[in-house]
Amino acid sequence: MKSNDVILQTATKVVFFIIFIFSIHIFFAGHYAPGGGFVGGLLTTGALVLLLLAFDLETVQKALPFNFTIVTGIGLLLSLGTAAGSIFFNVPFFTHAFDHFDLPLFGDTSLHTAMIFDAGVYLVVVGAALTIIQTIGGDS
Amino acid sequence: MEFVLLIFLPVIASLFVPILFSKLKGIHTGWFVLLVPFFLFVYYSGFLKMTSTGGHALSKIDWIPSLGISFVSYIDGLSLLFTLLITGIGSLVVLYSIFYLDKERERLNHFYVYLLIFMSAMLGVVQSDNIISLYLFWELTSISSFLLIGYWNTRERSRLGALKSMMITVFGGLMMLGGFVLLGIMGNTFSIRELIANVSSFSDHGLFVLALVLILLGAFTKSAQFPFHIWLPDAMEAPTPVSAYLHSATMVKAGLYLVARFTPIFATSEVWVWTVTGIGLLTLFWGSFFAVKQTDLKAILAFSTISQLGLIMSLLGAASVAYHTDETIFKLAAFAAIFHLVNHAVFKGSLFMVAGIVDHETGTRDIRKLGGLMSIMPISFTIAFIGSMSMAGLPPFGGFLSKEMFLDAMLALQHFDQFNFSTLGILLPIVAWVASVFTFVYSFYFVFKTFTGRKREDDLPRTPHEAPVGMLVSPSILAVLVIAIFFIPNVVGKWLVKPAVIAIQPNLYSSPADVNVTVTAWHGFDYPALWLTVAIIAIGSVLFFTLAKWQKLYAIQPEYLSLNSFYDSLMTFSEKGTNRLSRFYMTGLIRTYLLYMFGAISVMTIATLFMKNAFVVNMNSFSEVSLYGVLTAIILLVAVAMVLLAKTRLAAIIALGAVGYSVALFFVIFKAPDLALTQLVIETVSVALFLLAFQHLPSLNSHGEKKRTKLVNAIIAGSVGIMVTLIALSAHSQKLIPSISNYYKETVATKAGGGNIVNVILVDYRGFDTLFEIAVLSIAGIAVLGMIRLRLAKKERSDEIK
Repeated sequence: MKSNDVILQTATKVVFFIIFIFSIHIFFAGHYAPGGGFVGGLLTTGALVLLLLAFDLETVQKALPFNFTIVTGIGLLLSLGTAAGSIFFNVPFFTHAFDHFDLPLFGDTSLHTAMIFDAGVYLVVVGAALTIIQTIGGDS
Repeated sequence: MEFVLLIFLPVIASLFVPILFSKLKGIHTGWFVLLVPFFLFVYYSGFLKMTSTGGHALSKIDWIPSLGISFVSYIDGLSLLFTLLITGIGSLVVLYSIFYLDKERERLNHFYVYLLIFMSAMLGVVQSDNIISLYLFWELTSISSFLLIGYWNTRERSRLGALKSMMITVFGGLMMLGGFVLLGIMGNTFSIRELIANVSSFSDHGLFVLALVLILLGAFTKSAQFPFHIWLPDAMEAPTPVSAYLHSATMVKAGLYLVARFTPIFATSEVWVWTVTGIGLLTLFWGSFFAVKQTDLKAILAFSTISQLGLIMSLLGAASVAYHTDETIFKLAAFAAIFHLVNHAVFKGSLFMVAGIVDHETGTRDIRKLGGLMSIMPISFTIAFIGSMSMAGLPPFGGFLSKEMFLDAMLALQHFDQFNFSTLGILLPIVAWVASVFTFVYSFYFVFKTFTGRKREDDLPRTPHEAPVGMLVSPSILAVLVIAIFFIPNVVGKWLVKPAVIAIQPNLYSSPADVNVTVTAWHGFDYPALWLTVAIIAIGSVLFFTLAKWQKLYAIQPEYLSLNSFYDSLMTFSEKGTNRLSRFYMTGLIRTYLLYMFGAISVMTIATLFMKNAFVVNMNSFSEVSLYGVLTAIILLVAVAMVLLAKTRLAAIIALGAVGYSVALFFVIFKAPDLALTQLVIETVSVALFLLAFQHLPSLNSHGEKKRTKLVNAIIAGSVGIMVTLIALSAHSQKLIPSISNYYKETVATKAGGGNIVNVILVDYRGFDTLFEIAVLSIAGIAVLGMIRLRLAKKERSDEIK
């Protein structure tokens, strides 16, 4: 997929970060407003796909040297770990905990173990989608 | 301490075996392993005093309390006897294996791990009072036996033998599980003791006989009873210590244990008495008859084991007759069964070890090449002689006593006047007697063909010499025991046999002292069993000396008529048959599979919808149709039409994307921002994915489908659409149960600490769904990766070949 579209490439360099940051925002907003790990992960995937379309596979791989299979694994472990963590506190599997904290800079913030779970979802979505796209795209 | 935990001691010890093997190369790993059974033997011996007065001990830890499944170690006379056999013979076998298996060449780390797993499993089988955990241990013995038979896994015969034993014993195990579940349902408990206590409440239940037959299938497959005995000769591919331990002294006796343990439950049934006695005698005859045909030392022993197991089985059958009549002889039968079981474990263990020694020192087990080893291996000969004579039932060896009791019990069976025994029963002593003659013949065949006659050192792969002392220790101990049992049978009876007998016939006795049996070698000249023995010796000797003349008769049976070839063809048939069956519907085309799935779903759902009268449409609850809605629907329909009519794949994908986006618009119209957002992004990503994947596909029009295929596809596609519409309409029109939405609304802030219900559902309320979904997603990713990598690897390989 060798592409030489200057307009697309230039625009992508800017748009990628906008989408990426938006996806992070949507991920954190999830618990109170529309969004969450799943959509966040998909948005990030979308941003990465845009990169792939504008540049080629090798360039993106060089710029983002992640092994996305491992990203998937980390995500899965994170989610499973959050769910399983509760049994060490003698509460049923998957019991979440949350509380409000007064953090500097952020003010009153609610912190929730569901967010860690969601981060796992995010990583799995990005990892699995990118694994698929990279392997199919890289197969000639 | 809860002594039930000791069952797991060998398994826990097995964890250290690989470490010891790799770190302490200088010392044979077996020396460490030996400590485990030896310690257990000493520990369990401490229970002897308790059981000899009829007491029992119980130790329990819960496993799945909600289902009534626990690990219960119940030690009474019967389980203690087996426990001591397992640990006692286990110690001797491990000691023997230290000299049998070379520490440099053999993979001892594997061997001893399997052996220790087996030890735990076997202890579990004989001590478990809970039938479900008994089943667990039962299958574990099958699995460890599989691993041990296949220990030399580079030999094809080992692998086949392992597979065969596994197939047959696991089949039996599964049948047995069915029987156990039926028992559990009928008796409303999984505890054997409780089942025995309330057996009268369910013994006329319709499923009682079915449970009985299923449990007997388990016992018969494990104890190599006819026609399931065929796995045992092939199991002889295992290293000889394993054969001595699993396939003669302990595991194959698990079936006998099961029959003995369940006698109080099933003995009242006619089916039980006939099956156990009949199959036992048939096996006794079959095994002893075919033992003479064998030319491999271990095969002779395997068939003799089959036959001896049949003998004990028939005695257990006779013992259950005691539930129907008062004649004392049937009370004796239980004693004889257990007594012979002990004798057999002792003499057969020693014989296997001698067979191993002969194999080890001469390099062959083929009896046609062996001969005249007596002068070279005098100690081995002595041991083999003692063991064989005990097996043949001659004095002054332990086997004589139990053999006479057996003949006695079989003679008595013809006087039992229920269940047609008075007419058919006459056959039983005849079969028993003929089988005993052959037993005599193969015992002589085994020992004298190997150790006497002409020396044939040229035929032997190795120059024979006497085995090292260490290898002779274990069989010598057993040989001494064989003689000792003859002289002190009543001591054995008091401590081991009688406590076990009361577990088989608890209705007759309350304590071991009540078992009114004194074993004597001499009963006087008017004792019928004595004359039967004399006749056995006379006819047996004649047959043995003319063996060369009639052994050829075995060749008459054509190979294709044997049970083995039946097993083989069954295996080939099931393999080929299932292959053919799956090739019939597994076409390898994804569209065919989609056809099956969608067809089945729509047929089943629509049928259920109308059969259950669930289809209701209530027009009143529909919301108003807005202009945006109509416009979006039109876009949607146009896009769908474009997908169908598109000439190229690219156009089809883009049209499909349009379908997705217009669905997202619907979500916006119906105020579902989360769904709309997700749908939009997912549509974007999947269009990109499709574009990538479709690059590799051939162009769209190259299929050349027939009109009929297209029609079928159209019907199924249409019916799926109709199904979804119908369900959506009915679901919207009737609210049979209150919606859960209100619960979400009320608790989302208080209990889940969130504000967006959709997301809280995803990560909290229905977190399990999400967890499994991301697991599926990961699997899908890895699968795609795997498939493409594999294909590439294959391509590279085929390129290399070119």
